[in-house]
Amino acid sequence: MIQELHNKLINHEITAVQLAEEYFARIEKQDKDLNAYLTLTTELAMEQARRVDEKIATGIEIGILEGIPGAIKDIICVEGYRTTAASKILDNYIAPYDATVIKKLKESGAVILGKTNMDEFAMGSSTEKSAYGPTKNPVDLERVPGGSSGGSAAVVAADEAVWSLGTDTGGSIRQPASFCGVVGLKPTYGRVSRYGAMAMASSLDQIGPIANTVEDVAIVLSVIAGEDRMDGTSAQSPAKDYTKYLTGEVSDLKIGVVKEYREKLTGGAKTSFEKVIEKYEELGAEIREIELPHAKYSLPVYYIIMPCEVSSNLAKYDGIRYGMQAADHEDTTLDFVPEDRNLIETYLDSRRYGFGAEPKRRIMLGTYALSSGYYDAYYLRAQKVRTLIKQDFEKAFSEVDLILTPTTPSPAFKFGEKTADPIQMYLEDIFTITANIVGVPAISVPGPPVSTQADASSSRGGEVEVDGKKLPQGFQLMGKWFDEENLLRAAHAYEINKQN
Amino acid sequence: MITKEEVQHIAGLARIGLSEKEVEIYSKDISSILDWISELKEVDVTGVSPTAHITGMENRLREDAQIDFENKSAVINLFPDRKDNFDKVKSVL
Repeated sequence: MIQELHNKLINHEITAVQLAEEYFARIEKQDKDLNAYLTLTTELAMEQARRVDEKIATGIEIGILEGIPGAIKDIICVEGYRTTAASKILDNYIAPYDATVIKKLKESGAVILGKTNMDEFAMGSSTEKSAYGPTKNPVDLERVPGGSSGGSAAVVAADEAVWSLGTDTGGSIRQPASFCGVVGLKPTYGRVSRYGAMAMASSLDQIGPIANTVEDVAIVLSVIAGEDRMDGTSAQSPAKDYTKYLTGEVSDLKIGVVKEYREKLTGGAKTSFEKVIEKYEELGAEIREIELPHAKYSLPVYYIIMPCEVSSNLAKYDGIRYGMQAADHEDTTLDFVPEDRNLIETYLDSRRYGFGAEPKRRIMLGTYALSSGYYDAYYLRAQKVRTLIKQDFEKAFSEVDLILTPTTPSPAFKFGEKTADPIQMYLEDIFTITANIVGVPAISVPGPPVSTQADASSSRGGEVEVDGKKLPQGFQLMGKWFDEENLLRAAHAYEINKQN
Repeated sequence: MITKEEVQHIAGLARIGLSEKEVEIYSKDISSILDWISELKEVDVTGVSPTAHITGMENRLREDAQIDFENKSAVINLFPDRKDNFDKVKSVL
């Protein structure tokens, strides 16, 4: 899609300004229903678009992403614009600088339309935990778009942006991509600089692109990847032009399938996944059954490591240097004058009124696990089990080039279906979380869609619909550390050969 | 089971004010999550080193040079409470 729009721009069929206006018009028309954007960066977008048009008019060659409109998850700083992480505690936060990825996108000439909705501080799998109301799934407005990068997936699916950026700590790019029927990539840990993205769990977080096609995702990755002196964890591996590897060829690749995962699947998700395996076989890839004996511990490992790191990373939101201070909060139930708060009361109340339930729950859990006497039993043990999971992957990758799994156990669920029990929501990430635990790159690609009727027979249960509507269902490929090339190549080969 | 007193203690450490109702909810939630993650106890981790950095990156060195942040006024404008260019902090005691 990006290549097509690029051709239109250089052939003078459309100007960058017209293209941006077209997108803003569509946002104006549709987004009241979707609630995918939190802030529009109209002034910035139009200025960027004008600059591209000037270049084209004067005959200067433009880059592939130049003038192409995209959207940014509201956890990544864009200078001069509100960046909230969908939290009330940052309701009035105006980013004083650009994240490294934004700097790179601006330099590439990409046009930034706005900031997208998400679960508060990227904690959730449905965007129902945004302080600014949930985003709806453009495929079916009664269903969630997934999360936490739900807004970023929804804007691409609804053509309110050509591409977008999300962040992924346990599946937050891939699960919404699967739910909305688009492509989402979590690069290798360290592949993309995280400077200017609000940290959730620093040993797991990664920024990545969402788009309609694997090629578009590869184009955006080529722009944002690379080492950055502002992020000490960014890898010293130089950025490449990842589109060069999209040959359509997979006959030299060995793809591993985890027996346990395959057996666990039910309903439409199972049928969809089996068809993907067949397709890869048909394309000449070798499918091998592999074992990841410790992978089943990924979720509990994640729910120790992540909250511990959250409790540390979110300590800085204290109402003192920026963000909401308790004095701003008008609470008529208080039995004291807010201005009279001392320092500790300011901390307590800023965080009480500023954070929603999920960040509080995770901060509490992490604080508990890190508190005196519990460190060895929780955090240290989890990091040891993490080593065992990593060793499983090292062994698997000595036998295969890629690992194929579903992205999610089932397609998009309805609003409210999983909000009552936090663990039900956490289980959404069962297939995606392991890639963050071991740091490998992983991509979600739309597989054969699932009819809601077929899905009713699955473990989702209770829900019987006979309207025959098809819902998107993604599959996931995981690659070796820093091997985005083979990952994107295999994803692309499926995409151009699918018949669904 | 995490008691309400423990929840209040943790909330104090985490600097989060909680309502009575929240204390009750988190006591229940955190207990059930801890039960759920307790299956890690069954894993034999004898002699296993903890993962410190997942891709094995070690000490990254760079020149100890200062970079001036130019947009200082934008940072100052974010202070919730200020006097001139100073961030005004509540009384500590």
